[in-house]
Amino acid sequence: MTITLFLEQILNGVQFGVFLFLISAGMTLVLGIMNVVNLAHGSLYMVGAYVATTMYSLTGNLFFAFVLMVPILLVVGMIVEIVVLRTLYERDHMDQVLATFGLILFFNELVRIVWGVEGLGMNIPESLSGSIDIGVPYPSYRLLIIAVGILVSVLLYVMITKTRMGMQIRAGASNRSMIGALGINIRILYTVVFGIGAVFAGFAGLMAGPIISIESGMGEEMLIFAFVVIVIGGIGSIRGALVASIVVGVFEIVGRSILPYILLQLVPPDQAQTAGPAMASMLVYILMVVILFFKPQGLFPARTG
Amino acid sequence: MLSRLKIWVLLLSFLFLAVLPIVAEWIGEEFYISLVARMMVFAIAAMSLDLILGYGGMVSFGHAMFFGLGCYSVGILAFYELTNGWLQLFVCIFGTALIGAFVGFISLRTSGIYFIMVTFALAQMFYFLGISLEAYGGDDGLPIDTRSEFFSFFDLSEEWNMYYLILGTLTACTLFGWKCVNSRFGMVLRGSQANLVRMEAIGFSTLKYRLSAFIISGVMCGLAGFLLGNLTEFLTPEYMHWFRSGEIMIMVIVGGMGTLFGPLYGAFAYLIFEEVMAGYTEYWQFYFGPLLIILVLFAKKGLWGLLPGKENLGDD
Repeated sequence: MTITLFLEQILNGVQFGVFLFLISAGMTLVLGIMNVVNLAHGSLYMVGAYVATTMYSLTGNLFFAFVLMVPILLVVGMIVEIVVLRTLYERDHMDQVLATFGLILFFNELVRIVWGVEGLGMNIPESLSGSIDIGVPYPSYRLLIIAVGILVSVLLYVMITKTRMGMQIRAGASNRSMIGALGINIRILYTVVFGIGAVFAGFAGLMAGPIISIESGMGEEMLIFAFVVIVIGGIGSIRGALVASIVVGVFEIVGRSILPYILLQLVPPDQAQTAGPAMASMLVYILMVVILFFKPQGLFPARTG
Repeated sequence: MLSRLKIWVLLLSFLFLAVLPIVAEWIGEEFYISLVARMMVFAIAAMSLDLILGYGGMVSFGHAMFFGLGCYSVGILAFYELTNGWLQLFVCIFGTALIGAFVGFISLRTSGIYFIMVTFALAQMFYFLGISLEAYGGDDGLPIDTRSEFFSFFDLSEEWNMYYLILGTLTACTLFGWKCVNSRFGMVLRGSQANLVRMEAIGFSTLKYRLSAFIISGVMCGLAGFLLGNLTEFLTPEYMHWFRSGEIMIMVIVGGMGTLFGPLYGAFAYLIFEEVMAGYTEYWQFYFGPLLIILVLFAKKGLWGLLPGKENLGDD
């Protein structure tokens, strides 16, 4: 294992972490503010990827695809909130889990019906298909993902901590009924927050489009990681989600590549070959268990009351 | 106590299950034997989840993990040609109990949403573990060549014997479950669902009770997996996928949560619905998804709740 490969894996991990953050940020907000477990958040990521790919093949320009994707996902998110999620706020968590599970089934089949069972592919734009030397040669598209992801994270952070709307969101997270009493229209606020969460998830879908295969059910893989991120970071905490995303991303990618090497030093090769992949796939969950053991509320518990 | 009507419905249902193979053979549709056997396996799994979900308030979203582990205990041992049923059963019960204790201990430290997410994530951990175990088929699964061998006169490769073993297990689990929820243990469990703090305050160490319930439920679900492995003669990590956990939970809801018997009917209803709908359209989940949402929002009491009469103390 060389240093360059190691560096590259760390960058890959950060890039994966950025994706995770884009998805889990919306989810943790919805969970923290509205107290709703939304399993269908991964589906919004999937819908985003499908919509963006279609727009990209129509316009041939990634930026236009982005511009067109944003309002569509905003509308999709808001419709989902108004039709389904709104009735779930007062329900217990199990109802929320099951109803949003129904949403997942619906969306998974929907994309199959609309876009076909085969799945889609999306090419990296030509101007970004090369690689840039930053100590190690690294694909420029992935570099762009990291840069944009960091930009969006900062944007989100500023929005939550510095703007009026962010203030209302945070207030909503700590005391729902109180901000209603103070004259904020929570219903609309919730709908908008949900829409924004959908846009972030969709944006992750857009960015992921060229480097993964776009298919029905792609959202669930991310959903599982998003759950781990939220558990580790603490429900409703944007800061927690950011830290946990990067940690989980790096842990997952770097762990998968270096664990077999470490095992080779310790045990005979044939055992290492069996145990390596098995242990690597459990790594993130073990991390979660360890953190939960010491901090059952996550690293940055957001709710106080 | 159960109302007279409910007792009759239950007795007739089990009677129906008992004579089904005879009827199926008679009309020449043996296909129904393994189909209904499969439904009964899921009924056991659904009931096991209801024990902790409906009576303990523990929303385990990773119950399929036990299902898969039970199946693996048959498959992996059969892979090494250890087909002794008693040994496999021992490994299954002991293994699921041990893992149930581990998962329960970790997840019961949390509550509410965290509990859902932790059980979910840990179940996925076992799912991915199953996928990465290339020696046992990994992603593709592994055929189980020989079914468990218990007695020389009770050959499980006979479809009838398999059917009656499953029916017997279902009956035993139902009776055990009914005893369990109506015992002192069950009362403490229900009490901690209603008000955990109060139960602690009157001196119950609720963690012990809840953890025990979690383990019992896990072992019961593991048994269902044990039977499924034998029935399908196939082992796949797919049994542990969280979609399965979701399905089992749907069965509980459809049948009626916290009614013990309801989930049995929920499992049958769900699987029959799937069977029928899948015959009509490839995209049956497109219709099932919204239907599920409507069920959750408007029909909380489930099928069993349609029957008159109350069951548990404090039911309305």
